[in-house]
Amino acid sequence: MSFVNLAFLVPLFPLIGSIINGFFGLKIGKDRVSWVACAGPVLSFVVTLILLVSIFFHPEGTPYPEQSLFTWISAGDFVVDFGLQIDPLSLVMMMVVTGVGSIIHIYSIGYMYKEYSYYRYFAYLNLFLFSMLLLVMGNNFLVMFIGWEGVGLCSYFLIGYYFEKKSACDAGVKAFIVNRIGDFAFLLAIFGIFKMFGTLDFSTVMAAAPTTLIYDSEAATLITLALFIGATGKSAQIPLYTWLPDAMEGPTPVSALIHAATMVTAGVYMVVRCSALFNMAPLTMMIIALVGGGTALFAATIGTCQYDIKRVLAYSTISQIGYMFLACGVGAYTAAIFHLVTHAFFKACLFLGAGSIIHGMNNEQDIRKMGGLKDHFPITYVTFVISTIAIAGIFPFSGFFSKDEILYHALMDGNVIYWGMGISGAFITAFYMFRLVFMTFHGPSHVDPQVHPHESPMAMTLPLIILAFLALIGGLLGIPLFHGWHLLHNFLAPVLAFDLETALHASERMLAEHGHHTSFAEVLHQAQRTSHNIWLEITLMLFSIGVALAGIATAWFFYIKKPELPGKLSKGQWGFDLVQNKYYIDELIDEALVKPIVKGSDLLWRQADARGVDGVVNGVAQTISLFSKIARSFQSGFVRNYAMFMVVGFIILLILI
Amino acid sequence: MVPLTHYLILSATLFSIGVLGVLVRRNAIVVFMCIEIMLNAVNITLIAFDRYLNQHDGQIFSFMVICVAGAEVSVGLAIVIALFRNKPTVNLDELNLMKW
Repeated sequence: MSFVNLAFLVPLFPLIGSIINGFFGLKIGKDRVSWVACAGPVLSFVVTLILLVSIFFHPEGTPYPEQSLFTWISAGDFVVDFGLQIDPLSLVMMMVVTGVGSIIHIYSIGYMYKEYSYYRYFAYLNLFLFSMLLLVMGNNFLVMFIGWEGVGLCSYFLIGYYFEKKSACDAGVKAFIVNRIGDFAFLLAIFGIFKMFGTLDFSTVMAAAPTTLIYDSEAATLITLALFIGATGKSAQIPLYTWLPDAMEGPTPVSALIHAATMVTAGVYMVVRCSALFNMAPLTMMIIALVGGGTALFAATIGTCQYDIKRVLAYSTISQIGYMFLACGVGAYTAAIFHLVTHAFFKACLFLGAGSIIHGMNNEQDIRKMGGLKDHFPITYVTFVISTIAIAGIFPFSGFFSKDEILYHALMDGNVIYWGMGISGAFITAFYMFRLVFMTFHGPSHVDPQVHPHESPMAMTLPLIILAFLALIGGLLGIPLFHGWHLLHNFLAPVLAFDLETALHASERMLAEHGHHTSFAEVLHQAQRTSHNIWLEITLMLFSIGVALAGIATAWFFYIKKPELPGKLSKGQWGFDLVQNKYYIDELIDEALVKPIVKGSDLLWRQADARGVDGVVNGVAQTISLFSKIARSFQSGFVRNYAMFMVVGFIILLILI
Repeated sequence: MVPLTHYLILSATLFSIGVLGVLVRRNAIVVFMCIEIMLNAVNITLIAFDRYLNQHDGQIFSFMVICVAGAEVSVGLAIVIALFRNKPTVNLDELNLMKW
């Protein structure tokens, strides 16, 4: 028996958990809800481990196994199987989703225990895991799209979990609508792919991409651009990032799982999965790199001025995903996935740490009302600092390796501008993360005297310790210095293999058939020129560590040494106001897009609908009613009246004859 | 001999009186009587033409009309009596229970 046949179990377990908790959660009691909820992801994790081991025995050079569960759609040439695929890329994502997912489920037991609708929370969370696993395991675009929509739906449910709060409902709706814009582009891309390739299977499309699409043609650029717009919606990149900070209205474990570790990285996964298409569209790649680098820098600057502990982390997430897209944009897909994995560890740990503080402080989220908490939260403090060092990129924590690999590729495969955006983002990241640590855990206490801070229970500290440990050692997955030792790179290589030379020759041939003689020799030459330079890499590493340390030192100077200084400096500075108010982007969108739409809809409702459509409908009814009134007056109910009509009619008849 | 025209004028006058009575009067019994007047006006016409054309079909027709009128009166009066038992009136305007 092949172990691959177990693949369907991975999404099935959370689905069963979701159904049991969703329908019977209130009856079976909180303890059993916890067991059911945690059993799903843990069992999935075990199955994923079995699959991971079995993939190591997979014979090299043969296609990776796919499991087709049933034929989903069959209409003429258009056949879509409901299929799952097990290859290194989906396995990496499954490990992250089920691993981090299990840890966060266990944490949620401690965090959410006081909630009345505890079961509802876990039903949604399990449903989310199911959708996310479909997204990463689907073997064609349509199955991926179900997962893609499913995670969006669960995200909406969970952001609006506290639905009695208006702001939470609004945030949920905002996330849903902004995501919908991206989803629409994704759908268009799927249509385009079907038009070009005649199928939606990943393996077929990716294998055919080099010989079907023409390098740098409109079709390739449009399809990939639409895919990327889909990714910006889900992964909160410029311009569709505004929903993620508001999504912090949801419970904190949700922010950790959905809005930091898994769902928001779905866009990165999708770009990496379609790498063969993106490799054919250099223009799109440039846009991705610019958007990614720009987002990394832009969101980091906003992060420096936020006072809500979760919002700082939200902007940090946007910024870090920007790095992943920067890596995708320069073709360093492994680096993107590597950063995705390490980011899942340290950012989940940071969010859970923030949750632990919020839990121990009676739902206080403002870091100006914290300070000096390190004695009250010993375990949270240590794990939080470990993750902060990891995100800042200090050797030998995991974030150092992944971020450095991205920066190295940004310079080598990209240009100085990409690298400059990345490195300045890294400086700001180190600054605002340590600002957060210093304002929360160090310095004099600003805690409300009525609040008694206390460390969280075991169910919450244990996940923190596990994640902090992973954030510490996660970098071992890819030690970049020794080429060939990069575990993740070797593991993913078969999925990402792309022969540019063949693709370019095929494109030249196809263009020649249409009478255009273009030579891509220059492109090929450019691609082959870059090589691995170990000394440059070491120099870059030392430089970026120096930059990170400088960021930390700045934070230390402003928030420990001279805590009164930031207030003085920022007073009356228009630049500070601009950043503090998130560049007024939300207001701008509100004025430029939302209000005209609301006004237009109002006009349509009052004029076109209420007057136009309703007028016609009511008019028809009124006309009929008028005629009935006349007709009704003949039927007085008096027999003699009828007789008179008869006689009068007869007399008229006689006269006529 | 009395010419045909006189008979027809008499018949038309009687018929018009009948129609008018049906339309104007409210008493059910009077309305019945008016209907009888109309039927008998028709009988006069039939007999008049019978004599004028020297054929005898008209007499047979008028017998049938008399039979029908007798049957009709018996049924009609029965209805009127049944109505009167339920509602002590023979005023047609008040007998409007079936009106929607």
